[in-house]
Amino acid sequence: MKIPKNSYQRPASLTDAAMHYCAGCGHSTVHKLLAEVLDELEIRERTIGVAPVGCAVFAYFYLKCDISEAAHGRTPAVATGIKRALPDRIVFSYQGDGDLAAIGMTETIHTANRGEPITVIFINNTVYGMTGGQMAPTTLVGQQTATSPAGRHPATMGCPIRMCELLNTLDQPYYIERVALDSHAGVVATKKALLTAFQSQVAGKGYSFVEVLSPCPIYFRCSPQKALQFVGREMAAQFPVRIFRKEGVPVHA
Amino acid sequence: MKKPDDAFFSRVLMMGNEAAAEAAIRAGCQCYFGYPITPQNELTAYMAKHMPERGRVFIQAESELAAISMVFGASVAGVRSMTSSSSPGISLKQEGISYLAGAQLPAVIINVQRGGPGLGSIDPSQGDYFQATKGGGHGDYHIIVLAPASVQEMHDMTLQAFRLADHYRIPVMILADGRVGQMMEPIRLHEDPPSPAPPKPWALTGAKGRPPQCIRSLFVEEGALEKHNHELQACYRQITAAETKAEETETGDCEWLIAAWGTCARISKGVVRKARAQGIKAGLVRPITLWPFPYERLARLAHQVKALLVVEMNCGQMLEDVRLAVNGVAPVHFSGYPGGRVPTETDVLNALTALALAANRKHSKTI
Repeated sequence: MKIPKNSYQRPASLTDAAMHYCAGCGHSTVHKLLAEVLDELEIRERTIGVAPVGCAVFAYFYLKCDISEAAHGRTPAVATGIKRALPDRIVFSYQGDGDLAAIGMTETIHTANRGEPITVIFINNTVYGMTGGQMAPTTLVGQQTATSPAGRHPATMGCPIRMCELLNTLDQPYYIERVALDSHAGVVATKKALLTAFQSQVAGKGYSFVEVLSPCPIYFRCSPQKALQFVGREMAAQFPVRIFRKEGVPVHA
Repeated sequence: MKKPDDAFFSRVLMMGNEAAAEAAIRAGCQCYFGYPITPQNELTAYMAKHMPERGRVFIQAESELAAISMVFGASVAGVRSMTSSSSPGISLKQEGISYLAGAQLPAVIINVQRGGPGLGSIDPSQGDYFQATKGGGHGDYHIIVLAPASVQEMHDMTLQAFRLADHYRIPVMILADGRVGQMMEPIRLHEDPPSPAPPKPWALTGAKGRPPQCIRSLFVEEGALEKHNHELQACYRQITAAETKAEETETGDCEWLIAAWGTCARISKGVVRKARAQGIKAGLVRPITLWPFPYERLARLAHQVKALLVVEMNCGQMLEDVRLAVNGVAPVHFSGYPGGRVPTETDVLNALTALALAANRKHSKTI
């Protein structure tokens, strides 16, 4: 069969394995976009990824590049070790909100503060997916989870942490952007953000960080369609979708 | 008077911590990741100065957790890497050490022990024997543990650690203490080129000209973890057969056997000399590898002696392995110093002579 021009094709950097992700999960979309970026920049053969502890730990079954596991939250530290040992390789970490903003907060901040020339992909879906939908550092106020059954209460559980804003206080990061997988336009924006982040690294520019607001219909306890609305409305209201740092300079809202 | 030879003059005066650092550099360590803690700070400072001079990597990490994970990353990439710390910091590194062991990655970790538990003290201690030799972190694993008793051995064993780590794809720990780390002695620096690292086809360097590969310690497929753990155990058996090392002093005719490691072994050598001057037939067995432990050597010696005396700067940790090895064949006594105090020869000699006297009294009563 002749494939028509401009039709959807499987990126070469994606394996044929069927993904284990739930219906409507954002991980599969981001994996595909990531694979497209590796293809377009022709960097698959010199890219080394670091997978998180969380739903995306099996990234190595889906991406056709070298991938290492890391202890929970130490993902950017492992990425740092790889990048310092092999500075001419492209190194990324792929992390969820628990990995990046709870147990790995220290590593996240200090890796950014040293300006390690790696790319950090942060999937923010406001819950711990793999362990059963517990409260994450980014869980919205009032959001019900397995460990905030009556909703997140600021008085005892704090408020959702805005990672892009936090990292943007540092001097060293080169590129910081938050995108949302809430629509077709959001998917396109996510692809562009990933492309910019990896291009920065290929050009040897410095630390790049892309936060992706991502749906988890299972633990949002709603349909995939409703989950996209939650991402676009509730989440985006708490986590503004925009570029925070471009070419090393803070971008003011 | 005999004139000192060239070898004498080629020696340099060095501190244990620095001798270990210099050994790592000479072993071809490409990346060092550290975090300040007493009494190992000279090691980190030495690396901070000398690694960048050679175009190698030095990072003062944000924590011991991060430092050991950076070691993990560098090892994933196939280069020789090292971290160092002291007891409380080593507790934090146990997370990463378990992951290194699970992922079969080589790494060198130096523990310049201080007192514990908790913050303990900054004085020398041997309180981390259990932690180092029984796994330390979660899961069914071992790491190779070497116990230096001198500055020269800090240097030599660190060099050896890189070779062992690469050969067996396993973390290797130098279990020193604050005394060995802080004291200065003249030593001979290793002048030969570093032992070449074996090929590392498993390393992640980018999937160029080969299929992509991964480094992992997670095995959820049915039966996969069981198979993986059996493979680890097979490797441990190989190491036990080939690398178990102990040193014996005056054990040929000895009746009273001291068992001690590291600093305590060195002190006990003097004790053996003094005891023999008093007519007590003392000997010393000193495990050099704490894991693998020289069980067979101890079991053999147990048959010829009247009793054993285990000497440690803790409340009795290697003591348990000695009892396992001796298996009731001879009485095993203990002389412990858990408060950060390094025992003197007199302390240990008194413990040994008390044993010998008590046995003689018992003997004459029986007659």
